[in-house]
Amino acid sequence: MATLVALISGILFGLGLAVSAMIDPAKVIGFLDVAGAWDPSLAFVLAAAVGVTAVGYALLKKRDKPVLESKFRIPSRRDIDAPLLIGAAVFGVGWGLVGLCPGPAIAGLAVGLRESVVFAAAMVAGMALYRFTPFGK
Amino acid sequence: MTSFTPVSASLGGALIGLSAVLLMVFNGRIAGIAGIAGGVLRPAAGDTAWRIAFMAGLVVGVLIWRGFAPSPVVLHFDVSWLHLVLGGVLVGFGSRLGNGCTSGHGVCGLARLSPRSIAATFVFVAVAVATVFVTRHLLGQGS
Repeated sequence: MATLVALISGILFGLGLAVSAMIDPAKVIGFLDVAGAWDPSLAFVLAAAVGVTAVGYALLKKRDKPVLESKFRIPSRRDIDAPLLIGAAVFGVGWGLVGLCPGPAIAGLAVGLRESVVFAAAMVAGMALYRFTPFGK
Repeated sequence: MTSFTPVSASLGGALIGLSAVLLMVFNGRIAGIAGIAGGVLRPAAGDTAWRIAFMAGLVVGVLIWRGFAPSPVVLHFDVSWLHLVLGGVLVGFGSRLGNGCTSGHGVCGLARLSPRSIAATFVFVAVAVATVFVTRHLLGQGS
């Protein structure tokens, strides 16, 4: 049942990325290129997503556990450390180079371009590489 | 060059938000793609199927939209293969080291006002903007 919910949740997420055209690297670069022909669409995607999620999460505060599992798995750390900032910066370079982050990289595979496959494979390699660092243990 | 599409952007964003709320209500999980995908690489008993299902759903969602969309779903890549590989490795590595990407930190983290996610989102957007400026305006790559 939890697997089915994950599938439906993934479908909604993929639909959201497709409807907003965020699976297109050009659309993301258009947002990041503030010195070019700036396209603010991504900010609207993020604002709407954060708004809906914030309301949903707030309504959940009354529950002590999710419907199908024994507990909520929400990160509890609040400290801002070096791996967080360095990781975010490294991620930002890759995101800016191509215009793809993990969601659109996977969802975009649906379109069947070789570029998508190469990027997704490289991304998985990068994730695997992380496990060989002292932080990935 | 792309045009500003506030309506489809807001609708798509709302769908992403619904996805995140659904996954939390039923499964108690953050809808962070880097974390969901990364977890498959270190499999734990009973913790892999939902991750695969979510990622399959991402692809299915795009296929469904392709069937109904008023205009074709197109992706524009304008960088070299080397660029693609380098970008992919950096996105994969960085999102794991930084414990999240645009969905985990950007959507879910900002929604719960996590100080770590606010810091990470600020850093990766700023660095990505700087990267685009350097590669496309100073070095003249892309179109």
